[in-house]
Amino acid sequence: MDILFSLFDGILIALQPMNLGLAVLGVVIGLFVGAMPGLGSVNGVAILLPFTFVIQGISGDATSPMIFLAAVYYGAMYGGAISSVALGIPGASTAVATTFDGRPLALQGKAHIALMAAALASFAGATVSNMMFTGFAPMLASVALDFGNPEIFALMLLAFATFAGLGGDDFPKTVFSICFGLALSAVGFDIISGEPRLIFFDIQGFSHGIRFLVLAIGIYGISEMLWTMNASRGKSSMSKVEVSFASMTNALVRFREAWRGTLIGSVIGFFVGILPAAGATPASLMAYGVTKMTSRDGDAYGKGAIDGVAAPEAANNSASTGAMLPMMTLGIPGSPTTAVLLAGMVIWGLEPGPLLFSAQPDFVWPLIGSFYISNFIAVLVNIAFIPLFLWMLRMPFSILVPLVFVLSLVGTYAAYMNMFDVWLMVLVGLGGFFMRMLDYPVAPAVLAIVLGPIAEPTLRQTLLQYETFTIFFTRPIAGPITVTAIILILLPGLRLLWRHWRAARVGTAGS
Amino acid sequence: MKALRKLMTSALVLGCATVVVASPAIAWQPNKPIDFIIMAGKGGGADKMARLMQGIVEKESLAGRPLVPVNKSGGSGAEALMAAKGANDPDHTIMVTLNSFYTTPLRQPGLEVDVLTFAPVARMAEDTFLLWVHADTGITTFEQWLDVAREQGSKWVMGGTGSNSEDNIITDFLNTNYSLSMKYIPYKGGGAVAKDVAGKQINSSVNNPSEAIGFWQSGDMVPLVAFTNERLPMFPEVPTLREKGGEFSYFMQRSVVGAPGMSEEARAYYTELFTKVYNSEDWQAYKSKKSLMGDLMSGDQLSDYWRNQRDNHEQILRSSGAIR
Repeated sequence: MDILFSLFDGILIALQPMNLGLAVLGVVIGLFVGAMPGLGSVNGVAILLPFTFVIQGISGDATSPMIFLAAVYYGAMYGGAISSVALGIPGASTAVATTFDGRPLALQGKAHIALMAAALASFAGATVSNMMFTGFAPMLASVALDFGNPEIFALMLLAFATFAGLGGDDFPKTVFSICFGLALSAVGFDIISGEPRLIFFDIQGFSHGIRFLVLAIGIYGISEMLWTMNASRGKSSMSKVEVSFASMTNALVRFREAWRGTLIGSVIGFFVGILPAAGATPASLMAYGVTKMTSRDGDAYGKGAIDGVAAPEAANNSASTGAMLPMMTLGIPGSPTTAVLLAGMVIWGLEPGPLLFSAQPDFVWPLIGSFYISNFIAVLVNIAFIPLFLWMLRMPFSILVPLVFVLSLVGTYAAYMNMFDVWLMVLVGLGGFFMRMLDYPVAPAVLAIVLGPIAEPTLRQTLLQYETFTIFFTRPIAGPITVTAIILILLPGLRLLWRHWRAARVGTAGS
Repeated sequence: MKALRKLMTSALVLGCATVVVASPAIAWQPNKPIDFIIMAGKGGGADKMARLMQGIVEKESLAGRPLVPVNKSGGSGAEALMAAKGANDPDHTIMVTLNSFYTTPLRQPGLEVDVLTFAPVARMAEDTFLLWVHADTGITTFEQWLDVAREQGSKWVMGGTGSNSEDNIITDFLNTNYSLSMKYIPYKGGGAVAKDVAGKQINSSVNNPSEAIGFWQSGDMVPLVAFTNERLPMFPEVPTLREKGGEFSYFMQRSVVGAPGMSEEARAYYTELFTKVYNSEDWQAYKSKKSLMGDLMSGDQLSDYWRNQRDNHEQILRSSGAIR
């Protein structure tokens, strides 16, 4: 009951004119930053951090600047879906999974349905996550502490397992794609030994590793456009979307089909989000994998399933609230964006850590209140802007293709300020195009490069510490996760055996 | 978007205005955003400190151009060193460094990095180290810790940031001088190490105060001994290793360095900039709150300090067998 009173007080403070104004401003800025290919919540928050000192100067406390940045964070999480759907380039790394089905939907002239599903799923994800945060923050902080290296690795294994089926029936090609992604993720300096690995010809640019966004923009920006050009021979394949009240209502109604993905995404997103190592990108990919795997109609995914848009979007918003939890209660950021927020909190004079909730209730509750408010504003603003974003889709193909190329180049440069990464992105784009020509699935490679850098050190740290593989089975949390993951990995093989066995039985019965 | 553009425009105008107004007085001014390389991952002690410096520069509008922080944590700082060494524009590239500034070039001669080629901008502080365990272990003194760690042998796990780093050096020292055989597990950042001590995933750590302070206040983590010359004001009841008879203290520099090839004019500009940061109220408050020691140092004095530290570390690493 105490919690509800505190929350209510917090919401009232968040609704004060200045705080409310800041939330609206933050959401709108975040939405557009998120919608720009390459720029995500981390860029938005980092660019605007200096601005918060001005806000603090006016408000005199740390609450208002934090409300502003949290709103930018939210806005960007919503915005990431927009370019994933409308242009086919992920607006941010957190929205990569949204392109898997968002893009096909747009090509079928259902962009409005995809964007609406993304907005509503984001809202649902963030709301679920806010409620969990409000009710159980201190308790969940201890869950995060229980996740040591063996648990995190087991979770990564589970993520790989859910994606093993992502490439369709061609299991060997999927495995090849995963291994290729893992190899790419090993480029750069090794944390454990401190030695450089796979930095071909000692090229400087490889020493920081192949950045995820370079890969994502290359594959989904450049190679997607090459593929479309090749497939359509220059003819527009984009069906026009009619922007009308009726089509928007229709989109709203169609969201019914996405309740499963939304639910799965919300829950997975939150729990992956609160783990200090993970964050929103792995969360959204895992949510997509699980939703597809548990679906009766798994083949529809990647071809325009509404659930395939809802799941990652619910997950990345849910995870972004979840990631605030280790940041506030443990002082450890769960994602790059929360690392910047954490730095902000230190500068505003706060002490994030286990005592924040009891020592700084005047900061914590208005902030949590503002999560609810910002989320509400974000969904309204987002839906209001959908017609504008749909207009992007009406662009003639001859303008869209060069625009996507330019945005891919600019977006990559904007993210890292480094020409090497831009060239690498183009190279990856060409490579991705040839992979698709040869019918290799690219999504598993993308997953591997996100999860590889988390999975590899945790595996090696675990083995260093415990010197045995059995630890993954004997720890109370890691054990069940590992077993589930192994069953899932074996499932395609088992299914095949089952089919053979049945066919053989039917065969003998028939004769 | 409009607001963002407005903000950027006003920042630009402000930036230009500063350059125009200040140009007669100071010879060198940055004319584009300054690359601010952080030699550590996000969320660790070095990262928080770097972002605080950036925050102070922004808050008090000390620089005409923004500092753009970039984390380069790979390879115990090797990634950051290589980036600074190969900087296209050394006058606009500065870096926040730790002790890996000395140890990494020593361990990896292949990098061909000579720390004395870096421009000595400012040493902002020296961070301190304490030995930490979880409160539930019941260990309250260094002697008790020695007994338990010795008994557990290689089952006693010490976590630390990176391999052959500060944390590893202290662990090696304890292992050699107190006949322990603790296992050392390298992590990506000090925050993750502290979290795993608090979560009882590992047995002990030698975290900086800034990394462990939250868990100390909540009663999860307990400091046993400080690797300093005198007791820390924040932990008056925690003895130093020297009091316990150990001839060892160890500090971590928190210095801002300029990329090799930086002009003397630019170096002077940054030294002045960071002197202002050092003297700011926020920095001083942070220094005492996070139990940091060490006074401001710059120019030749800082170069000499680096030379000493490098020779020192060469000896430490040679005796531990990390280098031949």
